[in-house]
Amino acid sequence: MSDETKPGLKSPLRRKLLMGMAALPAVSMLGRPAFADVPATSAVNTTGLAVTDSEVTVGILHSVTGTMAISETGSVEAEKLAIEQINAAGGVLGRKIKFIQEDGASDWPTFAEKAKKLLVNDKCAAVMGCWTSASRKAVLPVFEQYNGMLYYPTFYEGLEQSKNVIYTGQEATQQIIAGLDWVNKTKGAKSFYLLGSDYIWPRTSNKIARKHIENHLQGCKVVGEEYFPLGSTQFNSVINKIKLTKPDVIYAIIVGGSNVAFYKQLKAAGIDLSKQTLLTISVTEDEIDGIGGENIAGAYACMKYFQSLDNPNNKAFVPAFKKMWGEKTVIGDVTQAAYLGPWLWKLTVEKAGSFDIDKIAAASPGVEFKGAPEGYVRIHENHHLWSKTRVGRAKADGQYELIYETADLVEPDPFPKGYQ
Amino acid sequence: MVINSRFFNRSELLGFLALAVLLLLILPLSLDIFRLNLVAKYLTYAFVGIGLVLCWGYGGILSLGQGVFFGLGGYCMAMYLKLEASSVANTKIQSTPGIPDFMDWNQLTSVPLFWKPFHSFPVTLLAILLVPAFFALIIGAAMFKRRVGGVYFAIITQAIAAILTILIVGQQGYTGGINGITDLRTLHGWDIRTDHAKFILYFVEVVLLFGCIVAAQFIRLTKLGRILVAMREQEDRVRFSGYSVANFKIFAFCAAAVFAAIGGAMFTLEVGFMSPSFVGIVPSIEMVIYTAVGGRMSIFGAVWGALLVNFAKTSLSESFPQLWLFGLGALFIAVVLAFPNGLSGIWADHIQPRIDRLLSSRKSKSAAGMIADGAPAE
Repeated sequence: MSDETKPGLKSPLRRKLLMGMAALPAVSMLGRPAFADVPATSAVNTTGLAVTDSEVTVGILHSVTGTMAISETGSVEAEKLAIEQINAAGGVLGRKIKFIQEDGASDWPTFAEKAKKLLVNDKCAAVMGCWTSASRKAVLPVFEQYNGMLYYPTFYEGLEQSKNVIYTGQEATQQIIAGLDWVNKTKGAKSFYLLGSDYIWPRTSNKIARKHIENHLQGCKVVGEEYFPLGSTQFNSVINKIKLTKPDVIYAIIVGGSNVAFYKQLKAAGIDLSKQTLLTISVTEDEIDGIGGENIAGAYACMKYFQSLDNPNNKAFVPAFKKMWGEKTVIGDVTQAAYLGPWLWKLTVEKAGSFDIDKIAAASPGVEFKGAPEGYVRIHENHHLWSKTRVGRAKADGQYELIYETADLVEPDPFPKGYQ
Repeated sequence: MVINSRFFNRSELLGFLALAVLLLLILPLSLDIFRLNLVAKYLTYAFVGIGLVLCWGYGGILSLGQGVFFGLGGYCMAMYLKLEASSVANTKIQSTPGIPDFMDWNQLTSVPLFWKPFHSFPVTLLAILLVPAFFALIIGAAMFKRRVGGVYFAIITQAIAAILTILIVGQQGYTGGINGITDLRTLHGWDIRTDHAKFILYFVEVVLLFGCIVAAQFIRLTKLGRILVAMREQEDRVRFSGYSVANFKIFAFCAAAVFAAIGGAMFTLEVGFMSPSFVGIVPSIEMVIYTAVGGRMSIFGAVWGALLVNFAKTSLSESFPQLWLFGLGALFIAVVLAFPNGLSGIWADHIQPRIDRLLSSRKSKSAAGMIADGAPAE
């Protein structure tokens, strides 16, 4: 039964590796007076989390294998960068952050299993993780049952709110409404063709878009709405329909690899995105990397962050990210939102003066992060973020050029009245 | 003891006892509840494995679509649990309280007709067994009566797995779509999320598993089981002897479907949700791999295969988040190349003979006077 001994043999090895990694920044920090006023562990950790006098353990739970790995890798990288920076700045309540990474393997039950492991076995004080809605739905009951704290980075469909989750991405209304208002006002758009991949986020987003177009924009209408299975690569028939109906705006929420086929076929069919307005909420710089900048140049995207944002925070963040992960990496909206997770957790812990989950959950509303690459953000009562909505235009070099941003932070509204 | 020794031969009895000691004593006493729950999850695949041993190992019918039946069983259970979890009190935040959350997100305002029977627990239990059996009957009748078999049958079962996945993903208002049916809470008012419940569910599952092992062993030992083997070896000869080959195949396929469905239902209870990612082609093939690794000719081999492969999956992925899939792939290739009969083959070819030699040498010493020629022919 050599298999029975496996975890005993392997986990210490892994732990050593992880500790080694976590210790790298710590070594450079030795001798700093950061430990001078460290509060006692018994005072800041009353519920048995993995907190010692010098360390606190958090989990990172994303897919690093399988179909979602390409999207989630950026989030893992951003979270590790944030953790390293926090450690370099003295850690959280005087404790270095040590992380345990688990692979969700693009498989929802694996996410649930690993989430349980991180909470029950490893007693992680917080978990940064998940990407797809399906993985979040799979781990949510685990986080609620074992009272963990999840920092979830992806823009998503809303209709959810939990004491145990901080949503650092935008919920659907934040991403959609301002963008539609903008395209209606500046482009004079009246007719919309809605496209999406066939799952909850695009469907819910398009539902909100349709309600907004039909009920809130004067004289506007939806002329078509279609969905494609995840991974679909055949868009010719819908492109023909688009050519026939000639909508003012193509509103596209196609995700993942399908985007490559969609934009290439759009271009091949002679639809010139410099003349035909296309607005997407699902293509970040990461996706453009796969699509090819020349195929999508001219399209508009509605996000909260672009790599090209011109502000001091972002000017520090982008080089730091590239220094850690390579010159060629690009930073999309979700990557930036993932970067916020460890920072918001640190600020919340310091505000609460405790690692206890209940105190963090209660202290979260009102936490401000002035150093966010997207600019100032604040956590709302409903555990989502107040953040600005921005419209960018894709350029051939794969970057977005900022065209428009809302004057104020947009309030998150996961259960929008009149949009359900 | 006399009946036992006929029902299980000595080595099978040993295997049965070893498994019973491991599952009922060693694991519950040595593992914490989180790991025990993981073992329970692995064991749900053992149900599928037992079905595959009957249908593939003995009947020679390779099905690459067992995920369909695993999923049907799992979804039946999940529908019951979801309806119970969607009480008006639990769902008052929705625009239509009292219906499952994903229906509300998809603008449904009432529970669809085909969900209604799942309000009742007895009906659900029946459905877990009958829906997959009925489905397997239709597929089996349509295929085997037309003498579709072998690799063609395998491809068709795979296609069915793909079709069912697309159907579930596409009809998200009725099925929960790609997210599946999540956030299941109570079974007949009993909270299945507590540690205590997980502990009890584990034992319920182990007892069910032994029930299935005994049932499969029973099928194997009857005349029916021998006809299955005969069919695998020489289908035409069985047909010419006057047996309806199609009906026997349909039976084996249905039996495998029911075993898989029981596993699926237990999976829903143990893990707390069900999603199309257990229905499709990849999980279906994985289930065949568990069986192949364990040994497709051995009922116990299938259980060990499911346990060990999943255990390796968990421990490899915990230790090497980025590389574990390669390790697992190498393990499969090694086992299939070096030991085509899987773990049970290793046991039967290399370990069992040694034990036998040890035992028989002791026996032959004591009986040396009676048997002049010590080495038996067989």
